[in-house]
Amino acid sequence: MSVGIVSYGVYIPRYRIKVEEIAKVWGANANSIIDGLMVYEKSVPDMDEDTITIAVEAARYAINRAGINPQKIGALYTGSESHPYAVKPSSTVVAEAVGATPDLTLADFEFACKAGTAAIQTCMGMVDSDMIELGMAIGSDVSQGAPGDALEYTAAAGGVAYIIGKKNQVAKIESTYSFTTDTPDFWRREGMPYPEHGGRFTGEPGYFKHVTSAAQGLMKRMGTKPSDYDYAVFHQPNGKFPTRVAKMLGFTNEQIKPGLVVPRLGNTYSGSCMMGLAATLDIAKPEDRIFMTSFGSGAGSDAFSFEVTDKIEKIRNGAPSVEKMLANPVYINYATYARHKGKIKL
Amino acid sequence: MSVPRFWRRLKNLYNLIGTHCKKCGGFYYPPRNMCPRCRRNGVIVPFKYKGTGEVVTFTIVHSAAKDYAMLTPYILAIIKLDEGPRLTSQVICSHEDIHIGMKVKSAFRKLGEESDRGMIYYGTKFIPLEN
Repeated sequence: MSVGIVSYGVYIPRYRIKVEEIAKVWGANANSIIDGLMVYEKSVPDMDEDTITIAVEAARYAINRAGINPQKIGALYTGSESHPYAVKPSSTVVAEAVGATPDLTLADFEFACKAGTAAIQTCMGMVDSDMIELGMAIGSDVSQGAPGDALEYTAAAGGVAYIIGKKNQVAKIESTYSFTTDTPDFWRREGMPYPEHGGRFTGEPGYFKHVTSAAQGLMKRMGTKPSDYDYAVFHQPNGKFPTRVAKMLGFTNEQIKPGLVVPRLGNTYSGSCMMGLAATLDIAKPEDRIFMTSFGSGAGSDAFSFEVTDKIEKIRNGAPSVEKMLANPVYINYATYARHKGKIKL
Repeated sequence: MSVPRFWRRLKNLYNLIGTHCKKCGGFYYPPRNMCPRCRRNGVIVPFKYKGTGEVVTFTIVHSAAKDYAMLTPYILAIIKLDEGPRLTSQVICSHEDIHIGMKVKSAFRKLGEESDRGMIYYGTKFIPLEN
């Protein structure tokens, strides 16, 4: 396989709400929730931000970071579980806003939290087969959590865009492998504002089974082991799951530390795992190897193996890092959060 | 705003594409079909603005039309783009921070929507340059 990441961009809204603030409203024990989830605060979109505006900002940063000609993008896919329209693509707006139209193919993807990595795989195939020169894969969400539900403490907002190509790779994609079954651990029916989930059922038969199977499947296929990698990133619905799955697979806390952004960001769903990869690329050195495994409820996991090239140094400062996006947040109270999330109707 | 009207202005709203007169050097936003100075002798071409500028003046809207009621109080400003044209836009920042002369840059935001069933209109607003 001769494809890789040519550029990347991230966007995180400035607003944050602390777990204590949400817990206060529902009379819950904040310390117990923080200890259980390993999440301290989450990002909140502004009232005029949604999955599309976040995807556009991330896509523009990806294009600017490496000075990409947007007219060379032959495919653009936006993965999300919070597309603003049920029918009408988010990707058409994104493509128009980054100047990639009209000579390209595009579509919206949905696979819970792994729609963005599915988009990466699609772009890989199209680039590797020379159907296109560059493909853009985006994971963007303004994820929903019902008032008082456990998800409300983590459902956050953010987006990540990767440009996939053959030339000028900053990270070569060595291989990918997916593990998928029909496991109904989490869903949102048409027209419903908030998702439902199977509680603890999302853990063992959902997250852990799929992440470990995909990760072990890729390492078996490649003949690699955890110690061959400098860094690892796993889907981050909270801080506890990726930390535990890393240990189960034989990765260390040091390997996952740079990409573990969820404690200060929350779960950005389709952007979650890809945000962790971006944070890792922000600090990675040439020849570093990165292992990544996403998870999408429903359920499936996509595992990837990357090797960073020396070109990373050239583009690193061309767009804001994840750390810069996380810096200087504006904290809001629950009432303002409810306005921002459309929980209050006029 | 009707759907066809929005669609016709879509490229201008998304990417600050206006016009430039190659004869007199004038810059215009929103785009003009004819240069107001050179008239029929002008040579008008599309021009994409960088998206940076400064606040010329502003007001804080507390009582808004129904479609913008959720956003109140919000900042509405006249922005002078670095290339010269002035336009009216919301500035997304703290009310304590907004001031005349503030350097700003463009951001992609929702401009409005036609109820829960209608179109969502996207386009350009402004945020502080240091964001």
